[in-house]
Amino acid sequence: MSTIPDNLKYSKSHEWVKDEGDGTVSVGITDHAQELLGDLVFVELPEAGANLSAGSECAVVESVKAASDVYSPVDGEVVAVNEDLADTPEAINEDPYGAWIFRIKLSDASQLDSMLDAQAYAAAVEAEDH
Amino acid sequence: MDKKTILNQTHRDMGARMVPFGGWDMPVHYGSQIEEHHAVRRNAGMFDVCHMTVVDLHGPDAKKFLSWLLANDVGKLKTPGKALYSCMLYKNGCVIDDLIVYYVNDDWYRMVVNAATTDKDIAWMQEQSGDYEVKIQPRRDLGMIAVQGPGARDKALPLLPNDLQEQAAQLEPFSACTNGEWFVGRTGYTGEDGFEIMLPQEQVVDLWKALADAGVRPCGLGARDTLRLEAGMNLYGQDMDEDHTPLESGLAWTVSFADLRDFIGRSALVVQKNMGDTPHFTGLVLEGKGVLRNHQKLYAGEREVGEITSGGYSPTLEKSIGLARIAADAGDELQVDIRGRRLPVKRVKPPFVRNGKPLI
Repeated sequence: MSTIPDNLKYSKSHEWVKDEGDGTVSVGITDHAQELLGDLVFVELPEAGANLSAGSECAVVESVKAASDVYSPVDGEVVAVNEDLADTPEAINEDPYGAWIFRIKLSDASQLDSMLDAQAYAAAVEAEDH
Repeated sequence: MDKKTILNQTHRDMGARMVPFGGWDMPVHYGSQIEEHHAVRRNAGMFDVCHMTVVDLHGPDAKKFLSWLLANDVGKLKTPGKALYSCMLYKNGCVIDDLIVYYVNDDWYRMVVNAATTDKDIAWMQEQSGDYEVKIQPRRDLGMIAVQGPGARDKALPLLPNDLQEQAAQLEPFSACTNGEWFVGRTGYTGEDGFEIMLPQEQVVDLWKALADAGVRPCGLGARDTLRLEAGMNLYGQDMDEDHTPLESGLAWTVSFADLRDFIGRSALVVQKNMGDTPHFTGLVLEGKGVLRNHQKLYAGEREVGEITSGGYSPTLEKSIGLARIAADAGDELQVDIRGRRLPVKRVKPPFVRNGKPLI
């Protein structure tokens, strides 16, 4: 069974979002997502400075077998990307909630309220498995 | 409802992640595809290949029939047990399936064909067999386990029936021995030494468990695909198919034009050969970051010159590699289009890895 920490928000497309408390959020993919993908071998990061809208494709995680899009969960500007993942994509398999992929400066902080909490995400995963 | 092999419950008990594959419910990995891949390169791994179909051909015309049916020449098989890799073609030269045929004796040849193509293969064989005195017998009562890797033969030998052990130990590569309902070939699909063991369905689970106890790692289809790609071996449905001939699929070496032997598809292939501009089939390495995938387009400058037929990550080389079909005059300066970015790729001659060693 995959881990779903209580202190994060989630999207139905399996991104997690951590509120950094300074108007920015960190984004990564969930434990459930990395389990489904299997061994990750490459991460294509977004461009720093890019303006994203919620639901848009902005990064790609590639496992041995397939490429999978990562979607921005919110509107905003990319203020940082995790360059370490270029050399160690497997960090996402080892520590999915530590291995953030990008940080976004929120254009609308209220968007976080409409995201799934841990319980709702667990229910969404459950529903998907059946 | 996907079909299940006799090992289905055993895979689940061993923690496999199951996926639909060509109409079958099969294990993709048991935790880590990469670790399974390395287990085969460094020691020993095993694959459930019970979904593939064993087909026996019996009768006085078996040889004559196969000589007409297959693009490679079964006449090359002179020693009992010897195996031959061949394509089976339509009249237009395109590939129905690729297969291995073993010569057991003059009245008995055994074939192993792909899972997803079994029905059309057998229908085609039946249709072509009209005037020949040959019986085509799918052996759904048999299962098959592939044991592969440098340690595979040593680990598998003690688990074979006593009366097969010595014969199997003496087998030359690409040969088989048989006793009763057991049939052991020194063949495989990973670029490593090993056996493919055919045996009665009801004994498959016991052999699988005994192999696991002997230290042979269960591997899923994921590792099977990265291993075969590193070994430069074609996959039906990707690298060759009903729209391409063996000459366009890197398989010219499997077509035997010798002795004016007629075979289904010959005249179409002769025409194609004489035209001289047949697309080339090549290996590719991506030097930078990223992963080559099937159907990505290849360019020489601004000109589109072909596409990747099999692409993926090579766990042994820690790079991305691929097989591709490209225009005969494409040259060596190629780029691949990965989601709108053009990245340089290097042409190489497969295989990429053989017997655990990088070859590029």
